[in-house]
Amino acid sequence: MYGGYCPDMETYLFYILATVTVIGTILAITEKHPVHAIVYLVTSFFSLASIFFLLSAPLIAMFEVIIYAGAVMVLFMFVIMMLDLGRADEAKRPPLRQWFLPVILGGIILVSIGVLAAGYVTTPHAPGAITVRDFAVTLFRKYGVAVEIISMQLLFAVVGALYLGRRRP
Amino acid sequence: MIVPLAHVLILAAILFGLGLVCTLVWRSNVIMLLIGIEIMLNAAMLVFVGGSNHWGMADGQVFALIIMAMTSAEVSLALALVVYLHRRKNTVDVDEFRELQD
Repeated sequence: MYGGYCPDMETYLFYILATVTVIGTILAITEKHPVHAIVYLVTSFFSLASIFFLLSAPLIAMFEVIIYAGAVMVLFMFVIMMLDLGRADEAKRPPLRQWFLPVILGGIILVSIGVLAAGYVTTPHAPGAITVRDFAVTLFRKYGVAVEIISMQLLFAVVGALYLGRRRP
Repeated sequence: MIVPLAHVLILAAILFGLGLVCTLVWRSNVIMLLIGIEIMLNAAMLVFVGGSNHWGMADGQVFALIIMAMTSAEVSLALALVVYLHRRKNTVDVDEFRELQD
């Protein structure tokens, strides 16, 4: 699809990147130190962005790197450092008994989705890759109202964050 | 399609489960809880992009972009709340924030 890779190469790459994503996420959620967790999460989001690229969504991959791995994670890092939560001696993992029930719940969801996906008969997929042009036409012609609403939502979020963040006497 | 849609869905399910576990486990740190929400939203985005690739329509990618915009709004508000709560109680432990009034 992109460049001169043979199809097998992309398939292998997908599984490798999927493994990196899952391992990065597991390390992120079990890490007791918030700063390290953020760094692991950036790794995970980078490989997820590569997966988006493989799934013929180059624009979403770029936005994932810029907005998620860049802006959002740096915002988290900024808050951690501003509130001084990154001290190694104070960081502690939740006790093991707190992990027990959530892991069971997550496992149930995982197994049920896995069973559903395994029995899923895949319809033959429509040929033709999605170009950035298709994406832009769909975004601004079909979902123009959604763009307006989302921009208003961002404005409201800025106002709300300013209101919450102001100094109270 | 380089891989079957089912494999993309399974990867998204794994990511969603991990995000859910992170949200449920980390009651002692609001920031890790928000990270769990981020992971779950990423899994949803992966489903949208995978479906968009599978059916050859750009709508899924549009919704992935909208999820991203929504997440940045949500994160900015949530982190402002975290800063506010930390200023009030000097902690980020969720269990400390029990009362509705001062």
